[in-house]
Amino acid sequence: MMDYVWLIPLFPLIGFLINGLVGKSLPKSVVGTIGSAAVGLSFLLTVAIFLEFLKLPVDARSVEKVVYTWIASGPFKASVAFLIDPLSLIMLLVVSGVSTLIHIYSIGYMHEDEGFYRYFSYLNLFVFAMLLLVSANNFLLMFVGWEGVGLCSYLLIGFWYEKQSASDAGKKAFVVNRIGDFGFLLGIFLIFWTFGSVNFTEVFPLAAKYPMGSGVLTAITLFLFLGAIGKSAQLPLYTWLPDAMEGPTPVSALIHAATMVTAGVFMVARCSTLYVLAPISMTAVAAVGALTAIYAATIGITQFDIKRVLAYSTVSQLGYMFLACGVGAFTSGIFHLMTHAFFKALLFLGSGSVIHGLHGEQDMRKMGDLKKYLPITYWTFLLATLAIAGIFPFAGFFSKDEILFHSLVSGHTVFWGIATVAAFITAFYMFRLVFMTFHGESRVDPHVHPHESPPLMTVPLMVLAGLAVVGGLVGFPIIEGANKFKEFLAPAITPLVHEVHSPAWFEITMMIFSMAVAAAGIFMAYKFYMQKPELPEKVIEKIPVIYDLVYHKYYVDEIYDAAVVEPIKNGSDFLWHGVDENVIDGAVNGSATTVGWLSSHLRKLETGFVQSYALAILLGAVLVTGYLIGR
Amino acid sequence: MVVPVQYYLALSVALFALGVIGVLIRRNALVIYMSIEMMLNAVNLAFIGFADYFKAVDGQMFVFFVLTVAAAEVAVGLALIVAIFRNRGDVYVDNLNILKW
Repeated sequence: MMDYVWLIPLFPLIGFLINGLVGKSLPKSVVGTIGSAAVGLSFLLTVAIFLEFLKLPVDARSVEKVVYTWIASGPFKASVAFLIDPLSLIMLLVVSGVSTLIHIYSIGYMHEDEGFYRYFSYLNLFVFAMLLLVSANNFLLMFVGWEGVGLCSYLLIGFWYEKQSASDAGKKAFVVNRIGDFGFLLGIFLIFWTFGSVNFTEVFPLAAKYPMGSGVLTAITLFLFLGAIGKSAQLPLYTWLPDAMEGPTPVSALIHAATMVTAGVFMVARCSTLYVLAPISMTAVAAVGALTAIYAATIGITQFDIKRVLAYSTVSQLGYMFLACGVGAFTSGIFHLMTHAFFKALLFLGSGSVIHGLHGEQDMRKMGDLKKYLPITYWTFLLATLAIAGIFPFAGFFSKDEILFHSLVSGHTVFWGIATVAAFITAFYMFRLVFMTFHGESRVDPHVHPHESPPLMTVPLMVLAGLAVVGGLVGFPIIEGANKFKEFLAPAITPLVHEVHSPAWFEITMMIFSMAVAAAGIFMAYKFYMQKPELPEKVIEKIPVIYDLVYHKYYVDEIYDAAVVEPIKNGSDFLWHGVDENVIDGAVNGSATTVGWLSSHLRKLETGFVQSYALAILLGAVLVTGYLIGR
Repeated sequence: MVVPVQYYLALSVALFALGVIGVLIRRNALVIYMSIEMMLNAVNLAFIGFADYFKAVDGQMFVFFVLTVAAAEVAVGLALIVAIFRNRGDVYVDNLNILKW
């Protein structure tokens, strides 16, 4: 089966071509089936390869399959080739599995949309690029996927391009991502310059021989991390992700929560060999992750748009993943990536179901008491919220707890403190969201009649809810041999330090503590939004300045506008009107004008009198002859 | 009796100068044409004079070339003048000034 690994990204590509080329003339049911089946086939093939892979002995679990040589130029060689190892298999499973569910959900969610075929072809193209990204065996092919997902993100955020805000958001995502891609590209150049190859299997063994803290590795990893910051929406390049909510909700679920934004985390984990040798980069990764986690979480408290709350929560959770990578717990980062994919996709799809049921309403202030109208959505949403808040035994509990645990035992007490506070805030704002949306008094517009979504949408919700509940059990801690996830992933990752063995009581205490933190967050949300709904107003009145600052997202967008966007716009304006129009056009037009002016005077010599010409000839002849004689 | 070369040249220069003056001051294209022919023949005369002086036939050969070319030129030139006359009713060069700025 492993020889057919190239089919995994190919199926969605075929789906993209069919839907993109002839989808317009096909009925919607066919378009939806083609789109979902293409991704579903990839998922089934991935499962088959996964099962075969499990039979391999542990030390043989890294298989390269070269399809063909793509570029061969002197010492530079890049192939279209796939690397099957535990890391890429986990990513392939998560991406294709979650994508299949979201495709099925989309058939229901988008059934009234004009651009149905366009939507599915973009979605398939995205899955193709993402699968390429995670399964590539070299940096260059990975970069192709990296750019591909960026392109699809742009296309899908601006899917409703008639809306100015949507097309602006698409452009913003693309431009901000380019800043990161620039860093990633520099990193690849530097890797080739240093190691003479871009293949993972050649670069990493060579890199492992470098001394700890080597300058060139630090530079490479920092450049790569810049790429990850852009793609995974970390400080300071996170601004595009909340705006990306302009796209259709299933897109937010697929691209901006479950898969694409995790590409940065995946890339850092893939390059763990490089990162562990660059302590400065590791600290940078951990610091950016921890700061982003708490920063985005605080913004999440104040937002009223249901999707924006989830967007900031995504940014915050991605911060956790980077924190895990930064403290050397790459497996925990990937573990959280996987569980997060389950529950965050579920949260977004659930919010999509709410929006669908309310005919497009996204403001939580116009919701409330939806529990009885959307029971399936409510219960699945609640499970996902418990998972993200980190309540035992839901998926998020295990992964988040592992990250907190590792950041503490690796000695990053400050980061641990920040992450714990962020966990408290996460529980608070997520339950604020649940209480405002599903509980309390109904604030729904009386003309709107909420209704539950069709089975095409609720069945994926239920499947994801199942995963959000049990998904974390594969990484069960404490008991020896129970953490199958870590055991499976370990060969693909270079750990920072040797496993810290701490007593079981310490680990259990940590777990109880983080549970208590989450429970405190939930209780506070209950107090604020269920028991005393007037309490939030009072708190806001006490700290109006801070509230205003957070509510306006710390004015970061405004600061970026003033500090970066406007100067660039003004500079371009100057180059356009000042330099191009005046100097360059001026020089061209000026020379034309000068020539025109000269000839307007010179042409007076052309009198049209034959005899004046004859006289000129005579004078010329006399002059030439005179010169020849006289010299 | 031998005619000195200076006589030839003096006559040639005189004829050439008359031709030039004719070209420059007359307004009838036909007369200008005749003046051009006179200049050509003035040059021919100079050739003959030098050929006699240097006792070489090259000059005489050149005269034949000039005569043939002049004959061809006259044929073309007269045809042009006739065409102009048909078109405009006269051949005064000061009226033929449409080819100008």
